[in-house]
Amino acid sequence: MLEIKHLTYQVSDDAGAELGILNDVSLTIGENKLVVITGPNGGGKTTLAKAIMGLIRPNGGEILWNGVDITSMSITERARLGISYGFQQPPRFKGLRVRDLLCLAAGRDDLSTEDACQYLTKVGLCAHDYIDREVDTSLSGGEVKRIEIATILARKSGLMIFDEPEAGIDLWSFAKLTETFQAIHARREATLIIISHQERIINLADEIIMIEDGQVAQHGPKEEIFPLILAKTSAGCTYLSEEANKA
Amino acid sequence: MMDKTDWKLLREIADLERTPQGAYNIRRNGQLDSRASTANIDITTKTDGKSGIDIRVKPGTKKESVHIPVIIHDTGFTELVYNDFFIGEDCDIDIVAGCGIHNTGCETAQHDGLHTFYIGKNSRVRYFERHYGEGEGTGSRIFNPKTVVYLEEGASIQMETTQIRGVDSTKRDTRIVVGKNAEAIITEKLLTHGRQTAESDMEIILDGEGATGRVISRSVAQDQSQQVFYPKMTGNAKSFGHVQCDSIIMGEAKISSIPAIAANHVDAQLIHEAAIGRIAGDQLLKLMTLGLTEQEAEEKILDGFLQ
Repeated sequence: MLEIKHLTYQVSDDAGAELGILNDVSLTIGENKLVVITGPNGGGKTTLAKAIMGLIRPNGGEILWNGVDITSMSITERARLGISYGFQQPPRFKGLRVRDLLCLAAGRDDLSTEDACQYLTKVGLCAHDYIDREVDTSLSGGEVKRIEIATILARKSGLMIFDEPEAGIDLWSFAKLTETFQAIHARREATLIIISHQERIINLADEIIMIEDGQVAQHGPKEEIFPLILAKTSAGCTYLSEEANKA
Repeated sequence: MMDKTDWKLLREIADLERTPQGAYNIRRNGQLDSRASTANIDITTKTDGKSGIDIRVKPGTKKESVHIPVIIHDTGFTELVYNDFFIGEDCDIDIVAGCGIHNTGCETAQHDGLHTFYIGKNSRVRYFERHYGEGEGTGSRIFNPKTVVYLEEGASIQMETTQIRGVDSTKRDTRIVVGKNAEAIITEKLLTHGRQTAESDMEIILDGEGATGRVISRSVAQDQSQQVFYPKMTGNAKSFGHVQCDSIIMGEAKISSIPAIAANHVDAQLIHEAAIGRIAGDQLLKLMTLGLTEQEAEEKILDGFLQ
């Protein structure tokens, strides 16, 4: 179970004024749930995910994973406790091959080619074409993104956080990816937190969390929250609506 | 006789656990330790007064290797060696050179070598040269290798030089003349630390029609070490040349990368790329999210980069 209590994260702007990126965020995510975090750009979704992984240090509040207070733990310690995070924009590595990254992720040097290929297949990559390629600029954004997701699958961690996994991925791979999320969830192998705007991913969720202006705007079962989101988005931008009405 | 330290040096520079197969010449503290020629590869001591050996490979020799490691563990020992390789036509061979210095004293130990290769028509040569230094002494470990290669029509050389840690000062000079339809591929890997200095001066001359040259240089400079690279590619005919220099800079190190390309023919196609940068923060963070410590992440990134 993941518990977040009164989490705040503030940064100062150029003029020295405090900007609240996360403002008193509290939420609880039950074991092996699939939760989708959604909401407008700049609302604080990625910041929240990074705070769970330890990539940023919050100014206040607590994070507990399975009852253990991880708030002051390093990234490495959290990773070893079974928390993983798929970057929205994964870095590239000159000289490190896809196989090397998967071995590091799995925590073993002897990861078989067959096992490594399984992870790549699950994200829609033809494994034999990729396994010995370097994760450098010769790969497209979508390819790097899928390799990133494969490393999270290889970790077999208890808490998997995916930050906009659909970004830059073609339709066919996307279908494969949603199947993979569904399968992990069906086997109750891990708690999944997926930041996404995609209806097909939102549809997989047990619960939806709406983050807006650094706060939890909505949190509840998909059946309850999804209609609210649809109602809000279909109303569209008020400015546009007014313009449309004039026309 | 060879002792434990000698074998350790041989492992580091040539992956040798025991006396090598095929032709070899092991030089230890400036003296011949052991040598073997084969039916196709003949190694002889120079007779012109210079220190060094001649290696003659008969035409048509395939899938054979020559090991010519040099080890030094006398502090204060300095040498200049000339090795000449005469490779006949239609050969396909591996040459493993390299020098290891174990300096426990306070005086400089230095190995300067001039290797000249004459590679015959349609022959393929893979040449590995590894430099390694160790020893607790305060004496410097210095290498100044000079390599000259002449490639005849259709010949090729893949030259791989590696110097990871332990060498205080190195000045490398490489010059390759590439003939018609011949190919030179040079891979250079270098890691300096402490107050070490390394300089690499390289010129690839694409002289014959259809000549190809590639230079791939990867280096890491740590602490207060300094590196300077001058790779130059000259196209004198219809040819293709590519120079790629990538460096990771750390600590208070300094790196200069000064690639040059010169075309003396309208169909010479030459490219150079050079980049210097530190390890990106998100690379470290990514590997830490996989459970590595910051130090382990840094080592993985450097290992991969120099792989």
